[in-house]
Amino acid sequence: METLEKFHEIARDPFSFARAAKAAGGMNIMGYVCSYAPIEIISAAGFLPFRIFGQGKNSEKADAHLQSYCCGHVRNALSDAISGELDFLDGTIFPHTCDSIQRLSDLWRMNTDFGFHYDLVVPVKVSGENAEKYMTAVLRRFRNELESAFQIEISDDKIRAAADKYNRIRSGLKRLYALRLESPGAISGSDMHAALRAFMSMDPDRFLDMLEALMKHLEASGPLAGERDGQDGATPKRLMISGGICDSPDFYSFIEEAGGVVVQDDLCSGSRSFSEQIDLNGDIIESIGKSYLKRIVCPSKHDDLYARGNRLLESAKKAKADGVVFIFLKFCDPHLFDYPWLRNLLKENGIDSIMFEMEDKFLPDGPFKTRMEAFLEMARNR
Amino acid sequence: MAGHGEKEDSKKQRRKIKSVAKMKEIMTTYYIEAKTARETGKKVAWITSGGPVEPLIAMDVIPVYPENHGAMIGASKMGGDLCEKSEQMGYSPDLCSYACADIAAAPINGGPIGGLPEPDMLICCNNICGSVLKWYEIQARHFNAPLFILDTPISHVDFSKEAHDYVRNQIRDYIAFLEKECGKSFDYDRMNDVGRLSIEGQRLWQAVLDTTANRPSPMSAFDAFFHLALIVTLRGTQEATDYYKTLLAEMKTRIKDGIGAVENETYRLLWDNLPIWSKTKWLSEKFSSLNACLVADTYTSAWCGTMKYIDETDFLESMAQAYSRVHLNIGTDQMAETVIEMIDKYHIDGLVVHSNRSCKPYSFGQYDILDIVRKKRGVPGMVIEADMVDERSFSESQVETRIDAFMEMIGAAKPV
Repeated sequence: METLEKFHEIARDPFSFARAAKAAGGMNIMGYVCSYAPIEIISAAGFLPFRIFGQGKNSEKADAHLQSYCCGHVRNALSDAISGELDFLDGTIFPHTCDSIQRLSDLWRMNTDFGFHYDLVVPVKVSGENAEKYMTAVLRRFRNELESAFQIEISDDKIRAAADKYNRIRSGLKRLYALRLESPGAISGSDMHAALRAFMSMDPDRFLDMLEALMKHLEASGPLAGERDGQDGATPKRLMISGGICDSPDFYSFIEEAGGVVVQDDLCSGSRSFSEQIDLNGDIIESIGKSYLKRIVCPSKHDDLYARGNRLLESAKKAKADGVVFIFLKFCDPHLFDYPWLRNLLKENGIDSIMFEMEDKFLPDGPFKTRMEAFLEMARNR
Repeated sequence: MAGHGEKEDSKKQRRKIKSVAKMKEIMTTYYIEAKTARETGKKVAWITSGGPVEPLIAMDVIPVYPENHGAMIGASKMGGDLCEKSEQMGYSPDLCSYACADIAAAPINGGPIGGLPEPDMLICCNNICGSVLKWYEIQARHFNAPLFILDTPISHVDFSKEAHDYVRNQIRDYIAFLEKECGKSFDYDRMNDVGRLSIEGQRLWQAVLDTTANRPSPMSAFDAFFHLALIVTLRGTQEATDYYKTLLAEMKTRIKDGIGAVENETYRLLWDNLPIWSKTKWLSEKFSSLNACLVADTYTSAWCGTMKYIDETDFLESMAQAYSRVHLNIGTDQMAETVIEMIDKYHIDGLVVHSNRSCKPYSFGQYDILDIVRKKRGVPGMVIEADMVDERSFSESQVETRIDAFMEMIGAAKPV
């Protein structure tokens, strides 16, 4: 299908896509490194919000600035910035996330010049009145700074219109996820990955049209493909993926080849980034702030002591997952700290899990494959 | 020969800091009190090293510092073993070793003091890192104890009014949290006294650190790592203030008597990052043997580095800013500025950077800091790859070779 092909083209080389889009339409592009960036405000300001997943073509460029124990996400992004791979950016937004991204922002500011550099120091505590008040204040200041830096006016109406557009995208993505949950074979893991990468790289209007087209295509495919055959013709095991960012389409095919099928995710590059709709009534900045605080929480933030685990468990149960696959970037502290707790919580509730660590891209070689197959074998025998 | 040995011994004796004994006594009493809190009916709060302890002191709550525990674990060389235990629990070996060692010690009362006293509450201030947040969440679930988080937004470039208001509001929540957990009203008069003592303690600690601008330096950073314990754990108490008065007096006497921490102090170095707790003695001896004294460090000065933001007449309000703008909660370029100020103040010949696997916010950016220092002051630097607690990450031979090469270079640039 043409739409899917386009999504894959973007996912394969998002930088070239962005560069070409800029050249063709003259649209300014604002990079961001974490899903807590308010894309609605960025878009209302006339920028294409572009989520940076470092490609790391010249990752050695980061060696002069970062030690070996830094995660691949940060290392690749910095090397891309220094080596000119991100030359199409008109600025970059750094929402406060983890310790590594915090320092990435400093190193970026000190070693590159993209013009606009903004630290969006969002609250770490996401619940309570103080957090809401502060979040709103942070977003208001952000809007003001954008306005004065680029000599523009970002009206409430423009922001509301952008929020409405992203709400429709979120609904669409949720429909796509619901479809996959029901008929896991309807869309492959790598197709889903490509669609999500396109969402984070494309002009929202165009993406919305393409998403609609994809949904129509999938929904019109008659009785949905249903469950695809797994290994040796057996029904594939339903899996949920949990972790930070997973920008490796290979990972999904690896799971499918091993006899599993992804039915749900708890990823920052997946469902966590579009979980919450924005209330379009009332103060729009306040609504945006609230929706970001209410979304499925990132482990570098604090909701309450049990929120994240409960949500994961509930989601895995709802997805009727036979198992959970944790996929972490090596050196990703917030996720690695939560892992033993989440693993144990799932286990206590009868859900098995397996954990993979990857440097930056997933390399489905020998040991990973063997472990995955053994895990699915175990799930089949339960 | 015997005469020579005796002379050496007496010289060594003369260089020993006498206040050490008093310090050990205070810390022992403190830990006994904390460990017997249940019997004496006092409440225990676990708190991060950069957290606002003063309201706890004002509420008669005993503050306990898991990071100090981590340091003790490291110094007793129990870090490797406890980190291994945490790995068996499922924690990655790449995580903060303070956190991992403490998490592993909790269920088995492990470590040099048989575990920390169980917390009645936990207070986590994220001004030093994001790892403390995860660590405290884990321990709060383990002990089923209430957790208060003071979220202090980082000042990459500046500290916004919004952030200031946010922290101030949270301090009000903190007081309310303490009132609830302690079942009594907050005593604002007592808080004023504690605040005053805290400021006095910080001033005295800074004065102690300032004495090392003298040649020879009366103490080294390795001594500072040790004497730091009170400004961390008992900040805001009379005991800490009295102790630092004694220590300051001793340093002044040493200056007057020409006693240096290193016998033939020729080179003066600055240390960046946390100590390598399992190797402080070895490193101290190594540098001394090359006539080098680590006269200052960016770590121990963090507990008195934000005094400029404190208003003595309104400690509680002004501490919002002071606690938010600590050394680790500012931009890398500002951290480099602090290093440069210290280079000038303490007449530094070289920068020794501990690239600490456990502490990403302290370590990432160090290469840029080295570069800035080299460009702005022409001061060379070296990197020691290690970990603050886990002795498995320390290669003695490799570090020794690096130190030798570095000191040779400094020696060539500054002939005696």
